[in-house]
Amino acid sequence: MARRLPRKDVVIVGLGWTGSILALELARTGLNVVAIERGPWRDTAADFNIGTAPDELRYGVRHEMFLRPRQETMTMRNNSSQTALPIRKWGSFLPGNGVGGAGMHWNGQTWRFLPDDFRIRSHMTERYGEGILPEGNHIQDWPVSYDELEPFYDQFERCLGVSGKAGNLKGAIQAGGNRFEGARANEYPTPPMKQGYSQELFMKAASGMGLHPFPRPSANLSSAYTNQYGCSMAPCTYCGFCERFGCANSSKSSPQTCVLPALVREPTFEARTECEVMKVNLTGDGKMATGVTYVDANGEEWEQPADLVLVCAFSIFNVRLLLLSGIGKPYDAAKDEGVVGRNYAYQTGSGSTAFFEDAKFNPFAAAGSLGCALDDYNSDNFDHGPHGFVGGASITNAYTNGRPIMYHPTPKGTPTWGSAWKKAVHETYQRVTSVGAQGSVMSYRANYIDLDPTYKDPLGRPLMRITFDYQENERKMANFMAERCEEIAKAMGAKTATINRLNGPWSVIPYQTTHNTGGTVMGSDPTTSVLNRYLQSWDVPNVFVTGASAFPQNAGYNPTGTVGALTYWALDAILNKYLKSPGALVQK
Amino acid sequence: MQTDDRSAMRAKFARPAEQPKHSGMSRRSLLATAALLITTSGATARVVTKVLPWRPNEAYPVTPVVPGGWLFFTADEAAVVDAIVDRLIPTDELGPGAKDSGVTTFIDRQLMGPYGGHDWLYMQGPFADKPLPTQGLQSPLTPRQQYRQGLAALTAYCKANFGGHAFADLSNDDKDKLLAGMEKGDVKFEGFSSRMLFSTVYANTMEGYFADPIYGGNKDMAGWKLIGFPGVRYDYRDVMDNPNKTYTLPPVALQGRSAWGAR
Repeated sequence: MARRLPRKDVVIVGLGWTGSILALELARTGLNVVAIERGPWRDTAADFNIGTAPDELRYGVRHEMFLRPRQETMTMRNNSSQTALPIRKWGSFLPGNGVGGAGMHWNGQTWRFLPDDFRIRSHMTERYGEGILPEGNHIQDWPVSYDELEPFYDQFERCLGVSGKAGNLKGAIQAGGNRFEGARANEYPTPPMKQGYSQELFMKAASGMGLHPFPRPSANLSSAYTNQYGCSMAPCTYCGFCERFGCANSSKSSPQTCVLPALVREPTFEARTECEVMKVNLTGDGKMATGVTYVDANGEEWEQPADLVLVCAFSIFNVRLLLLSGIGKPYDAAKDEGVVGRNYAYQTGSGSTAFFEDAKFNPFAAAGSLGCALDDYNSDNFDHGPHGFVGGASITNAYTNGRPIMYHPTPKGTPTWGSAWKKAVHETYQRVTSVGAQGSVMSYRANYIDLDPTYKDPLGRPLMRITFDYQENERKMANFMAERCEEIAKAMGAKTATINRLNGPWSVIPYQTTHNTGGTVMGSDPTTSVLNRYLQSWDVPNVFVTGASAFPQNAGYNPTGTVGALTYWALDAILNKYLKSPGALVQK
Repeated sequence: MQTDDRSAMRAKFARPAEQPKHSGMSRRSLLATAALLITTSGATARVVTKVLPWRPNEAYPVTPVVPGGWLFFTADEAAVVDAIVDRLIPTDELGPGAKDSGVTTFIDRQLMGPYGGHDWLYMQGPFADKPLPTQGLQSPLTPRQQYRQGLAALTAYCKANFGGHAFADLSNDDKDKLLAGMEKGDVKFEGFSSRMLFSTVYANTMEGYFADPIYGGNKDMAGWKLIGFPGVRYDYRDVMDNPNKTYTLPPVALQGRSAWGAR
């Protein structure tokens, strides 16, 4: 039986990017805020010390800082006719754990989605007719526009100090930036990062082909920066230990560098770590939340009453908490009814690997967001008419790292071991680069997440079950992009360029991306969405849910910029609407 | 689940399992205890409020591997692993291979840590007989079990098919043919998948050859020198300013490099 704690104004589940920003802004108004985090406290000086942080085996391969599958994992299958089995070891994606969440181990690529992405169904139908939409799709317009989100993208970029070059300032196209981006009110907070030799070749080749490359927006900062909360960051040293690692330089934007130093000084804020929230508690009629129940580090159960519950965990875990709490109608794929778990999406990866005769790319001199990109083939920036698919990809030339356990490329046909392998590894490490396409994934009836009927976590609760595969539309798109990448790789001067297509079914083995989206989708229609346009639950109005689980489908970019913008957008609604008059902000 | 089981389970996964061995109690667990506050109502949790938690030298380093002897392998098992990794990455004109870089020691020590028991992985059943290829790792066997059973199966196979010889005594040609057959899964061992043994040893060999030398392999940074990885220098702004130039500084590991008087 859970023992009851004194009431708080706000309880936050999960202390990552969205939880920490909401905690800080709400605590500053004098509200009593408690954040409950199932992983450990983590801080730069203590946990990402320069004498221990750059350790590929410990963090990159053994996944020391990630959620341990023993604690919680998901099951997976490619379609609903198969039996799902647990992901026993992380591969395809890497959920974070502990304070900072995925915002601690990410690469820092901080994009805005394009204006068309937010009304993709309407836009594509208007331009090409209904026929362009793939079979079985659940593609939905977002309930919020780019113009509405713009000030909140700006707030998030200023929190992080994002390094980049504007391509569209108040409608005026800017040289050196992304000409396809939506109009920005302000330049990026810091200038773009330095770029390497490979990016020089990419910029020249792509420009020569009539494309429009630019340095991609980066939360590994080019220069020292202090944000609106007084948190300071140092310039990136291109050490090549970003993704899967904490940054010892305070150069990578994270809750640790950008929010927590200010947050812990708020007298009305408290964090409780190593405590796992079991469920959001509801009133008898299920119409209001009364707080949460959690299990502490000793296995004791506690009830934390609160007036406002903010669900701020990683996307899939947000969905799970709603299902375990009975908030919203679970999605039933067989009947195509219900909403929680609906519209799960992911991201495509395809491209080209380029081998050069003679080059010193120095891949170890890298950063998670180092690189140049182009958006000529993203969203609807090109004519989809001849291609018969929806969606697009950002195309990038980048080195995020040259860490040798996981990165020691050899040309196709090289033996996998022995002296011939050794010679090839020796000769190839400096001479390989790649052009990659990170693509959108639309939402479908066939792709969803629900509670697994068989497998449980150590607390006896069912694991989430992922039913997902790439659909024909995504394969067509990704393979079109792979060909564009190969063209660019050849134009860069590669001696040989191999093409990496998206063919087989989705597999959990190779790392692809931790951009899992959907499941608590935001929308205008409660029969096809879990949240209204302010990330507020349609069913339980004192519950808000942040994160990429709100995306109706995924775009051809990393999600964090949009996750951050939606957080500030929802915060604005909470501060200026909800707290003045608690209740549903949008009528059903 | 009983509360006692649950708290034992939580204690197990709440904290890193690789701990420094100084003073009999890990710094982390000491701190976790010190920071375990009792709130007014009696709830236990690590509570952070009003100030960033700070203790000097809180970062916990890994315990450096000291070569010599075996913690998991028997002498016979170690001889087989030595012989396998020596063929996977041989010593040749390009420099030391896996055996001469301490990879067998690396594997031995890794098997005694959380990796060896798959301590951090999801190991609850039921285990499926015929998983989809897309569903990844589905074996109930831990790395320790894989080495123990797999090396025994390999030894029995060699004894039966190579006139009573051990793997290490085969000619390089025979070793390579056998390893290639294991890699493809063409060779059938009694009671163990030859392919599983190959892929586990292969993955661990690459890890040991390229991981920081603090773990016992990659001795003198031989793996890093082979490809030109400078290690943990942590500042390459000069490289960014001088594109397409050969990097000439020697590599540095977590414990420095030999010229600094480190081991």
